[in-house]
Amino acid sequence: MGRIRALFNSKQNGILNIYFTAGYPGLNDTETIIRTLTKAGVDVIEVGMPYSDPMADGPTIQQSSSRAIKQGMTVDLLFRQVTKARQHSDVPLLLMGYLNQMMQYGMEQFVNKSVSAGIDGLIIPDLPLDIYEKEYLDLIRQSGLDMVFLITPQTVEERIRYIDSLSTGFIYMVSDASITGAKSGISLKQIEYFKRIEAMELKNPRLIGFGISNAETFDKACQYANGAIIGSAFIKALEKSDTDLEGSIFEFIHSIRKPATV
Amino acid sequence: MRFTADDRGFYGDFGGAFIPEMLYANVEELRSRYLEIIEDQDFQNEFRGLLKDYVGRPSPLYLAKRLSQKYQTSIYLKREDLNHTGAHKINNTIGQILLAQRLGKSRIIAETGAGQHGVATATVCALMGIQCIVYMGEVDIARQAPNVSRMQMLGAEVRPALSGSRTLKDATNEAIRDWINNPVDTHYIIGSVVGPHPYPDMVARFQSVISEEIRWQLKEQTGSEDPDLIIACVGGGSNAAGAYYHYLDNDNIRLIAVEAAGLGVDSGESAATSVLGSKGIIHGSRTLLMQTPDGQIIEPYSLSAGLDYPGIGPMHAHLIDSGRAEAVSITDDEALEAAFECAKLEGIIPALESAHAFAALEKIEYGSDDIIVLNLSGRGDKDLETYIKHLTGDGKD
Ligand SMILES: Cc1ncc(COP(=O)(O)O)c(C=O)c1O
Repeated sequence: MGRIRALFNSKQNGILNIYFTAGYPGLNDTETIIRTLTKAGVDVIEVGMPYSDPMADGPTIQQSSSRAIKQGMTVDLLFRQVTKARQHSDVPLLLMGYLNQMMQYGMEQFVNKSVSAGIDGLIIPDLPLDIYEKEYLDLIRQSGLDMVFLITPQTVEERIRYIDSLSTGFIYMVSDASITGAKSGISLKQIEYFKRIEAMELKNPRLIGFGISNAETFDKACQYANGAIIGSAFIKALEKSDTDLEGSIFEFIHSIRKPATV
Repeated sequence: MRFTADDRGFYGDFGGAFIPEMLYANVEELRSRYLEIIEDQDFQNEFRGLLKDYVGRPSPLYLAKRLSQKYQTSIYLKREDLNHTGAHKINNTIGQILLAQRLGKSRIIAETGAGQHGVATATVCALMGIQCIVYMGEVDIARQAPNVSRMQMLGAEVRPALSGSRTLKDATNEAIRDWINNPVDTHYIIGSVVGPHPYPDMVARFQSVISEEIRWQLKEQTGSEDPDLIIACVGGGSNAAGAYYHYLDNDNIRLIAVEAAGLGVDSGESAATSVLGSKGIIHGSRTLLMQTPDGQIIEPYSLSAGLDYPGIGPMHAHLIDSGRAEAVSITDDEALEAAFECAKLEGIIPALESAHAFAALEKIEYGSDDIIVLNLSGRGDKDLETYIKHLTGDGKD
């Protein structure tokens, strides 16, 4: 059984998924970040592959990405970093990147390298569902990688069912009509959307992301889904940590949930 | 071979809609309705009426005698520079604003490079009384200042794009992000044949009025509706798509796509996508683009803001890849020289983008009895500062 499946089998609530951009703040911080997040008790780690033109991302992730690229981040280096980090962590690891990066690397090679680096799943926000079904589904299923797709408040029911049928691992619920890092606070309208999706009884677990930034929004999201994803707020915390990276990571994670509940 | 989009928006292997789920509903609404709306008789009447009485179409097809003499051939200029707002861009914005109204949208966003598309969008928004926000790279805001003022006078808000190379690509990223944040009330008027399906096809259809007119105008003037060559500059490719459109299936007519080489194709400061590019995804479309081996999009360079884009539309990727169109690259200096030549020989100051098309006359082979149609996509008022610098010699540093 894959690590993601095993996690959701043993834990259905309060899942904390942290996103960070590989190669930021320092080019070779990936291993430290993964190791420290693991120690701090995070349930899932999403490793962002920095991209020059991240369409779905807000300024925080975009800036961390351009800095990582400038510092020399590459796909191959990322695989080497993840391979090393895997030795200190058994937490489910996902790669999140844009389709052009995989296309240039070669999808088959990308998938094989992901598997041997110890990656458990992929999130490719600009991969169209029909192209996935036609061109990549067999490859992914054979590899054992999970494939996580997004839904938004605008996604209609029929399409949500279709996405649920193609997804493995979990469904990434975009909390609002927004790019990453856009808003803070959760509105009544968002809660209605969370409830609507909850009532659909999808086969996949759900994690809520975008705009989750602190304990309050995390707890709120957890009331309506299996957990939540924090990205931009975590990167901002790293931004401030010029000397003590590990300390800042612990501090941030403990501000989201107390060590005792881990 | 087929050169227009299939029903999924593919041109051969290029095109499609590679977009995140956050954009799916917006794009799907457009995709499912654009043909039915555009083909509606009421829409066509209003579109045609505005093109005639507001834009000033048909734009003349003018035999440029002194230029023809110099190049020992027959050169007809399709005068898109005489359109209201000074370029072909308004053909598309008139179409899209009418479409946006029929979709019930109350807010318009656009990206712009040279500012021509921004001005054309601000213009139609003023005409219809709709709120307008234009994203423009910080670098372009500086080099196309007159167009920024025009947009503001027309009531649009110009928002600077501060990321990346701070040019057209980045303005497009910002516009896309705005659309993600405002999915219900906003229509995104893309300015070229780029972006996810249905944009390339939709914009090409609105611009196809150019070749529709060339056909009857050329027939009136020469007895035949078919030229031997059509030359157009390609940024994203909308003026070229419009000039080629009705001739795509006639293999006897050579299609020349002129790209910006910037400081030179091998200089590292270029926007010659068909030479430097490879297959990948940019702004929701699978097409040719300039990128690193790792798939990072390369920041392009051209003196001309309208051609300073690291990709080309999927139709052009297919035309060039299949050999249907020939690509030519023109440097900044060659374009500047051609602009001055056109001004002196014909009394027409072309846009710097269009000047690249003129410069191609030096680069390609043709016969003395060939008939060439050159799409003069816009006028040079916006580029005067650049031209004056060149005149006084401080253009080069
Ligand atoms: C006058 C003019 N010509 C050409 C272009 C390039 O765009 P396209 O390739 O879509 O025609 C522009 C873009 O701003 C322009 O202003």
